[in-house]
Amino acid sequence: MEQAEQTHLEVTVRRGNADGGKDEVFRVPVFDNQTILDVVSWIQQYSDPTLTYRFACRVGMCGSCAMMVNGKPRWTCRTHVNKVLDGKKLHIAPLRNLPVIKDLAVDMDPFFDKWVEAEGKHHPTKTRDDPIEQINPESAERIEANAGIECINCSVCYAACDTVAGNPDYLGPAALQRAWTLFNDAKNEDKQTILDAVSGTSGCHNCHSMGSCTHYCPNDLNPMAAVAGLKRETAKSFFRRRKNA
Amino acid sequence: MLDLRLYMAQRISAMVMAPLVLGHIAVMIYAIQGGLSTAEILSRTQGSVFWFLFYGLFVVAVSIHAAIGLRVIAHEWLRLRGAALALLTWGIGLVLLFMGARAVTAVTLL
Repeated sequence: MEQAEQTHLEVTVRRGNADGGKDEVFRVPVFDNQTILDVVSWIQQYSDPTLTYRFACRVGMCGSCAMMVNGKPRWTCRTHVNKVLDGKKLHIAPLRNLPVIKDLAVDMDPFFDKWVEAEGKHHPTKTRDDPIEQINPESAERIEANAGIECINCSVCYAACDTVAGNPDYLGPAALQRAWTLFNDAKNEDKQTILDAVSGTSGCHNCHSMGSCTHYCPNDLNPMAAVAGLKRETAKSFFRRRKNA
Repeated sequence: MLDLRLYMAQRISAMVMAPLVLGHIAVMIYAIQGGLSTAEILSRTQGSVFWFLFYGLFVVAVSIHAAIGLRVIAHEWLRLRGAALALLTWGIGLVLLFMGARAVTAVTLL
């Protein structure tokens, strides 16, 4: 294999802050089973200690290390260099659709604010004094809710979403998937509140079903299907409300 | 830039348009088989309540559907916001409605 003979990678890293930035090229030695996060860490440890980036667990659990790699959003700790290499070149940039703090670290506030905006928070049905409710794991709602609970909040789907790029107020796939998960959770009440929260001008109806969220989700989740589910339920509630009005 | 109401308006207008488009195309293909002059077409459509309602409904659905669709494009690609976006949406809807209504009345009214 050609890559096995290669001793160095030519890595272009986007440096800068909210006011702008420039590309900087680094020569990084090749190692076996090297991940993109390994490359970034090598640069920071051996070439330029001022490089700013974010990571924590290194094993695809925490959702901290997502970046744009050769133009595509990836979880860098679980992305092997040889899977994404463009010839000998690698371009690493901060996540799309979020404000840059410095270099590869973006401000995740808008991403998490939208989770709250989409009512992606628990609305309990019981208090701590009530007995724990038994949930049938086979029920259709629970299966639907289970589909989304492995989200690690990495914002890869949010960075992949062209609708967010064109419409920065759009809540985005992750927040809407969270809303859909809670909507289907038997221990979560006040379902109409969730439907109302995702029915505004920045809500689920802005999704064009382009599917980048589902395509790039590193955990193989399907936010597009979750958004479609919200569209379906809000449409039903639209007719229900007309009838009851 | 779609809330639930605009989304429903666009989906429902699409559902209205679908059978009307098929009906329109079917009639076009069927009607011109033996050759048909303008006068012959007008003699069948003028004074016809059915064709007035058929194309009248189509024009209303198109005006709603296209105005909302172009609104989304204008918002995402041209970054139009607020009053300008509302003005564009209503403007497109009303222009299409006016032009369509003019054509429908010209062909179906006596």
